Amino acid sequence: MTQGSSPLASPQKLRNYPSYRGGEGMVAWAFHRISGIGVWAFIVLHVFDIWLIGANPALYDALGEFYSSAPGRVMETLLGAALFYHALNGMRIVVMDFWPALTIYHRGLWRAVWVTFFTFGLPGAYIILKPIWEMAA
Amino acid sequence: MSAQKYSISGRPRPTGSRVDLYVWWAVRISSLALFVLALAHFSMTHFVFDPGIQSAEWVRQTRWNSITLRVLDWGMLMAVLVHGFLGMRTVMQDYVPSRIRQASLIGLYAIALLLFVLGTQVVVTLPMD
Repeated sequence: MTQGSSPLASPQKLRNYPSYRGGEGMVAWAFHRISGIGVWAFIVLHVFDIWLIGANPALYDALGEFYSSAPGRVMETLLGAALFYHALNGMRIVVMDFWPALTIYHRGLWRAVWVTFFTFGLPGAYIILKPIWEMAA
Repeated sequence: MSAQKYSISGRPRPTGSRVDLYVWWAVRISSLALFVLALAHFSMTHFVFDPGIQSAEWVRQTRWNSITLRVLDWGMLMAVLVHGFLGMRTVMQDYVPSRIRQASLIGLYAIALLLFVLGTQVVVTLPMD
């Protein structure tokens, strides 16, 4: 009948995910939450590794070697994707929360998020990953 | 009324609790700072400089050989602690069973405090050339 939230099937309960029909707004919300948790987990690690620069520089450099290895670069690309999606969709949320009248454009804003994401994200991923095959050559 | 209750964007602006309303504003205002600071930071560490050259010595001599950059990075840490940990507070309020919710939130804030101490310590005490 309607695309939208029913108070009986809140997406905030994990078991309601498969049957909840929220359209783009729901997918945007779910991606936002998943990417946010992922970036948070990395930041906990990242503040600790920056602390190592003073406390144990040798260990920091060992970790830095992993960051610049092939698996490290793949993970950084995923981290960048999560960060960039969360940043762009976050601005979509802020726009609609501060100017609720613009909520009627939520699908257009959602598409703009993805166009921006791939326009800047694909070249960015290429730059991060390029040393993998340059090292191999 | 219904537009506010069933916002299709983020979390609807809280109306019941003063604390939740402050959290709602803090997450959004810190997001504006982080949109600039965090994306600039990621670009700096992956596009301008390759991760392969950023040793501890390089950070000390180049990246953090400037009070301005240290202050900016510390400001980013503060925005991250506000945004990331208040965001995780919302997530945990949604999923953690009420029986262990309070203890989990205390654990979350303890991690935030630890990151505040570690991050502040290194940014203040790392020697400059």
